[in-house]
Amino acid sequence: MSRFNALNLLKNALSGNKNWTEQWPDSQPKSEYDVIIVGAGGHGLGAAYYLATQHGITNIAVIDKGWLGGGNTGRNTTIIRSNYLYDESARLFDHALDLWQDLSQELNYNVMYSNRGVLMLAHTVHDVQSFKRHVHSNRLNGVDNQWLTKEECKEYCPPLSIDPNARYPVVGGALQKRAGTARHDAVAWGYARGAAARGVDIIQNCSVNAIRRNADGSVAGVETDKGYIRAKKVAVSAAGHTSVVMETAGVRMPLESYPLQALVSEPIKPIFPCVVMSNAVHAYISQSDKGELVIGSGTDQYTSYSQRGGLPLIEHTVAAITEIFPMFNRMRMLRKWGGIVDVTPDRSAIISKTPVEGLYVNCGWGTGGFKATPGAAHTFAHTIAKNEPHPINAPFTLDRFRTGRLIDEAAAAAVAH
Amino acid sequence: MLLIHCPYCDETLPELEFTHAGEAHIARPENHGGLSDSDWESYLFIRTNVKGPQYERWRHLHGCGRFFNAVRNTVTDRFLTTYKADEPRPELSTLTGDEK
Ligand SMILES: Cc1cc2nc3c(=O)[nH]c(=O)nc-3n(C[C@H](O)[C@H](O)[C@H](O)COP(=O)(O)OP(=O)(O)OC[C@H]3O[C@@H](n4cnc5c(N)ncnc54)[C@H](O)[C@@H]3O)c2cc1C
Ligand SMILES: [Zn+2]
Repeated sequence: MSRFNALNLLKNALSGNKNWTEQWPDSQPKSEYDVIIVGAGGHGLGAAYYLATQHGITNIAVIDKGWLGGGNTGRNTTIIRSNYLYDESARLFDHALDLWQDLSQELNYNVMYSNRGVLMLAHTVHDVQSFKRHVHSNRLNGVDNQWLTKEECKEYCPPLSIDPNARYPVVGGALQKRAGTARHDAVAWGYARGAAARGVDIIQNCSVNAIRRNADGSVAGVETDKGYIRAKKVAVSAAGHTSVVMETAGVRMPLESYPLQALVSEPIKPIFPCVVMSNAVHAYISQSDKGELVIGSGTDQYTSYSQRGGLPLIEHTVAAITEIFPMFNRMRMLRKWGGIVDVTPDRSAIISKTPVEGLYVNCGWGTGGFKATPGAAHTFAHTIAKNEPHPINAPFTLDRFRTGRLIDEAAAAAVAH
Repeated sequence: MLLIHCPYCDETLPELEFTHAGEAHIARPENHGGLSDSDWESYLFIRTNVKGPQYERWRHLHGCGRFFNAVRNTVTDRFLTTYKADEPRPELSTLTGDEK
């Protein structure tokens, strides 16, 4: 693997970019690994990267049933922010936000992290009260967040309509300036490249069909499309399919899987400077560096593994967006797609040991785990290597649903993403 | 758009009239006082989350308002059957999915 630098770019440009070497090999499984990670999304690949770089564990396979980054990592709308209400969440997401700042340098791979700001719109008196409370609580936690009047909102995001007669009038907003977006594929590719360079095998197009256990109950290995592979530790990071994979180890999960959809418009010149989201109308929008407007909303109402979702939700989303941004009402949409997101009862993630010795799980990221990728991967790697959680993910256990120590971001009702 | 058959109205209507109401046949335990934390966890939080035919509840919110049960394949989103709330859970082997 060659490092990316100005000299290398120039050299390869002069030879027509025909001499780049592959960024990671297409590995075939060995018979045994120290750690097998199920799921080559950003979280799984990132965990492999941090196991290799921070814990000296390199005999690792990351196995995916499809291609790496082809799950929610490659399907999400890339909003990154950390203004969550509860202390536990604030710490976890702010940890991730810290890691985003120089992730490109760390990986020597441009993840195009752009802190263009995320603005959450308030439309009612109730929104104003709860947002202001949210801003104060974030600030007490050292998390950047500020209140803007509607004029300040308009100044920060000129395409916004603050017409008081609008269907959803804007009365103000909460702005996290440090928040923004990143290139989703590049995050998966950068971690894959960094992990592979340190000896991690990335095995694609190979479904993990069952987790096997020893007579004493501990983890023994995994059955896959490419045969049985022994493992000292198995770490599941399979997003919407986590219930299905964990069931094979006899662990029933507090998860439900829903389709979450998004859509993009045809590309246009730069017009939209930040990310805007609205809880009340359940829609959000930003503009990608390619020029497409990237639009999304909440999950479909029914659980499903169809990775598709229904059109009523798209209609609702587009209607909401054109109410707030009437100037977009004649934009043509290019395509829409869905991913399967795994949702917990309290809408907080699980990064945890499990009742099975040697089995670990990172899941429950629902509609908003892209932003957490570096933080989740980093603390998951710690949990796997040390067989105990990092202080930052310690509250995000699987057994909180038995003890009752929920982290109720669902009630805190910051919209997802 | 899903088309859903309400067993009370006996009509097949668009998804927009209905709300999904989670996994079906989860009975509230009777001896609350004697339940362990794990029993509460199973009842309140653990879900089967089936990939395939799933027993689930729906409500005909913008119609008769009633709750009923359904079997739907969560891979294809195709309904195999719908039935009234007090009817027994149909065996999967009896379901063809050829419902109107
Ligand atoms: C439309 C959409 C918009 C979103 N928008 C945002 C957003 O703006 N901001 C944000 O923070 N989050 C967002 N999210 C959520 C975010 O995408 C996810 O939380 C995050 O990407 C999860 O990463 P992951 O690596 O855990 O999962 P994934 O990238 O889904 O990786 C899991 C992998 O596991 C593999 N797998 C599953 N089962 C098996 C098996 N049996 N064997 C082998 N491999 C298996 C899958 O193929 C997949 O590649 C969005 C999600 C969607 C769908
Ligand atoms: Zn009805």
